[in-house]
Amino acid sequence: MTAPFAILAVLTIAGAVAAMGLRHLVHCALALVVALASLAAVYLQLDAQFVGFAQILVYVGAVAILIVFAILLTRSGEAGTQPIASPSWAAGIGVATVVFAVITGCVLASGFTQRESPAAPDVATRLIGEALMTQFVLPLEVVGLLLTVALIGGVIIAMRERKSEVTAALGEAGSIGKRQSANGNLP
Amino acid sequence: MMDQILVLLKQWLVGWFPPALQPWVSVVLTVAAILGVFGALFAVATVFERKGLGRIQNRYGPNRVGIPFTNIRLAGFGQPMADGIKALIKEDFVPATADKVIHFLAPLALLAPVTLTFAVLPYGRNMAPIDLDAGLLYFFAVAAGSELAVFMAGWSSRNKYSLLGAMRAIAQMISYEIPLILSSVTVVMTVGSLSLVKIVQSQDFTLLNAQTGQTSLLPNWFVFTPWGLAGFVLFLIAATAESNRAPFDLPEGESEIVAGYFLEYSGFKFAIFFMAEYFEMFAGGAMAATLFLGGYTAPLSWLAWIPTWVWFFAKVMAFIFLLIWVRGTIPRLRMDQLMNFAWKFMLPMTLLNLVVVGLWHFLGTGVARWMVCSALVLGAYAALGRGLAGRKIGRRVYQFAS
Amino acid sequence: MTPLVAYLLLSAILFAIGLAGALTRRNAILVLVGIELMLNAANLNFIAFWRFGPNPQALTGVLFVLFSIAVAAAEAAVGLALIIAIYRQYRTTHVDQINGMKG
Repeated sequence: MTAPFAILAVLTIAGAVAAMGLRHLVHCALALVVALASLAAVYLQLDAQFVGFAQILVYVGAVAILIVFAILLTRSGEAGTQPIASPSWAAGIGVATVVFAVITGCVLASGFTQRESPAAPDVATRLIGEALMTQFVLPLEVVGLLLTVALIGGVIIAMRERKSEVTAALGEAGSIGKRQSANGNLP
Repeated sequence: MMDQILVLLKQWLVGWFPPALQPWVSVVLTVAAILGVFGALFAVATVFERKGLGRIQNRYGPNRVGIPFTNIRLAGFGQPMADGIKALIKEDFVPATADKVIHFLAPLALLAPVTLTFAVLPYGRNMAPIDLDAGLLYFFAVAAGSELAVFMAGWSSRNKYSLLGAMRAIAQMISYEIPLILSSVTVVMTVGSLSLVKIVQSQDFTLLNAQTGQTSLLPNWFVFTPWGLAGFVLFLIAATAESNRAPFDLPEGESEIVAGYFLEYSGFKFAIFFMAEYFEMFAGGAMAATLFLGGYTAPLSWLAWIPTWVWFFAKVMAFIFLLIWVRGTIPRLRMDQLMNFAWKFMLPMTLLNLVVVGLWHFLGTGVARWMVCSALVLGAYAALGRGLAGRKIGRRVYQFAS
Repeated sequence: MTPLVAYLLLSAILFAIGLAGALTRRNAILVLVGIELMLNAANLNFIAFWRFGPNPQALTGVLFVLFSIAVAAAEAAVGLALIIAIYRQYRTTHVDQINGMKG
């Protein structure tokens, strides 16, 4: 194990633990950024330059911003006095521990511990582009479609409901009773 | 000879050290040179900006600070030293309710990514610190980190103006990042590489002349094509918006939200924000020059005797001058105008520009491709501009004057 | 050079942390963050196996991770939009309080 990897691994794990454990949600989001950025550095260490930069561009530049905006829009940023963990937290920790034990056991029992590291592959960005345009062109198109659908869907879901739609929905959903009239978009 | 003097100087300096240390010394020398040069440019650019704005607004800019205890005034160029000393000895005020750790980290988190972008720029022939195969992607990926730093600054101050400024800044930076990246994709499509060195080399006419055996006087910079000109202008606008400069300075908006996300910063932390803004301008100008203006290459072949790094920094400073000029001329946009402009004009134009590049590639080398591509770009510009202006085009009606 | 097993163990730890967070935190946004962490753990596995695999020139691992990152971005966008819509309805993002369909 080399020193750079050790530092990055510690940063990744510390960031992940902080992202899942801190009380304040904005701190959690920033810790997540630390974890994901150091993971990008791990990718760079594994000679996957393009993926590492794409990871930074997407996660630090977009997903983290999305999460931060969601935190502010739902007013989760104000630390309350309520407990942060759900009542069944012990079971959750137990399941995670079991999963970790199983994965670790499998990894250590397999032959991967003896695997020698091959010579660094010469991966030009050009090759990735060519593969995307020939062998993987169908997945690329599907991902493009998925992103378009997600874009439109995200906008429509998060858009404020129109008044007429709300009154129409109220006719059906009036009996649910969970709807609070304090909700700003209701008439 | 002058062209490579800095490269040779570095080699000569590195040669004095034992071989085991040489890679480290080389890295330290490069980083020190970059930081020194851009730090000095920052100091000079602040004076240029204040004096230029003064000239535009019919007043003198700074012209007093000189060497102490003498009558030498240095035409105001001592001002950055005085400002730096002032920033250092001022009180570093942190609001009582602020999130202390994040409040402290935010300026560093803003300056670090911007400084990291300088690592891949080709400053001259054989003068790129790192020639990454995915250099352009690296540039945009690292620059994307500054958005989060802006949020950290605005949120941790616990001030509603700061938070408003940060939200404005993030919304603006995300909206303009898409046209910024898409307008540079045109160059990548033409060159077929993300390496900035290769992008510059493909615009270098001395290399091309050596390859083809012909002698062309004009450079083949990408800005001299219809799609290149459109891409260049779009890139400049998007880069201006990315660095939060006027007329896109809503996040600062002194008259509405005091100073935006760095409202609660004082002393040297404020100076760091200021510096990061200038570094973003330098990075944007350097990238615009690299992508569309031939990077370090000379504009005319008989001017090629001037060192390449002089050309590079001349182009960057020309961009800074343009920004100062624009700041002194164009009033600030409203928020809805800003967003409409990004999504209804910039984005369709950049998308169309991608199509135009494809056409340019497949239409051969004749006059036809000039006609078709120019017509497409100009037609889209006219249609989109008309659409954006709405009914306002035509004779101007003064609603409240009459 | 770091052995393959170190990367796999890092990935396992990351996955377990993400799983524990997604199962225990009450805030829906943090559940989503936990899922992102698990996705990233899987991505790390792909990259590690690609790098140490017999045929790194095939690029399959790299491209799978690129697609996975794109899907994760779409998932985050839609998931957070859903959380905002739910917040509008219930005025909370705590998953244990969103129980309008409980019998």
